[in-house]
Amino acid sequence: MTLESLSSLERRKVVPELLQDRGDLLVVTGLGSPSYDAMAAGDNDANFYLWGGMGSSITIGLGLALAQPERPVLVLTGDGEMLMGMGALATAGAKHPRNLNIAVLDNERYGETGMQLTHTAHGVSLAELAKACNFDRTDIITEMEEIGPFRQQMQSTDAGLRFAQIKIKAENLEKVLPSRDGVHIKNRFRAHLGFQPL
Amino acid sequence: MLNKEQPDTLDIWSDQVFDVLLAADIKHVAYVPDTGHARLIERAIEEPSMEATVLTTEEEGVGLLLGAWLGGERGVLLMQSSGVGNCINTLSLVQNCRFPFLTLVTMRGEWAEFNGWQTPMAKVTAQSLELMDVLVYRAEQSNEAAELVSAVADTVFNGDLAAAVLFSQRMIGKKEWAK
Repeated sequence: MTLESLSSLERRKVVPELLQDRGDLLVVTGLGSPSYDAMAAGDNDANFYLWGGMGSSITIGLGLALAQPERPVLVLTGDGEMLMGMGALATAGAKHPRNLNIAVLDNERYGETGMQLTHTAHGVSLAELAKACNFDRTDIITEMEEIGPFRQQMQSTDAGLRFAQIKIKAENLEKVLPSRDGVHIKNRFRAHLGFQPL
Repeated sequence: MLNKEQPDTLDIWSDQVFDVLLAADIKHVAYVPDTGHARLIERAIEEPSMEATVLTTEEEGVGLLLGAWLGGERGVLLMQSSGVGNCINTLSLVQNCRFPFLTLVTMRGEWAEFNGWQTPMAKVTAQSLELMDVLVYRAEQSNEAAELVSAVADTVFNGDLAAAVLFSQRMIGKKEWAK
């Protein structure tokens, strides 16, 4: 797979477009570039950034969506992180919360480790996988104009289980680092929802 | 299949443990099925105040319980001893984010086990959890299960700690392979 065959979408333009006017949206980011992208778009108490536990972003988003059914939840992750927790798509599909969105920034690369190709560069379709896992809506996004409609759906708490595979350019960008203190990020997130530390 | 004498006993202590979970305000029951957890799972599915979530693999439960806690709710992970091995790296979330983590583990491979493939993980279940900073408690007899789970739930949710209760295979009964 050559770079020319990939989308021309730039992740640092896609993510601010996805997170603008976010309202009540709660965001869980997968480790690596999606965490930096969300941070670059503007730090927010309602962001939970993962720095480890690779493959866990979807299950964390699922637990959060079940506990907060009145708030829309977005899992923003990458193809590599999602592939490590592929079974979580089945778990989310079986549980089927109506306020959960998963957006995968798919550059067909493991960005953190030197841009090695992932399975999506070798014919694996994440959107088809989500469709087979009982998601109500599955999009493959390749144009900026398609972000807006997904964003509007995303902010609903009753539109069903939604998945977007956003094809992006493979590029190495400056890391914009969120806090690495998991206890701090957790407490800040919970405080946003009105829960105090013990 | 369990032998004839066992199911009633299993149901009795499982119901007692379920009552403890309910009293501890557990809202999320994430599970990979095991014979020893069958009754608890059934009760959780029927309980309107609980969300029961079937997992494809046990480490998903660690993430799910973190997500639920971010959203202000308590949960428990039900699994068998082999599943503990699947959770190791994901348990780093418990250390890094420090959230109350309670898991109930049914033991396989340690007592009257027909299938030796269960034994390697059974031998290191407790040590694996301890290596990842999870406190380990063990119930040997069915009459101590509920009290122990209640005490450990207090420790976990009052102390913001991670703990496992292991249920001995003897409590669950001998699996019949000949039928």
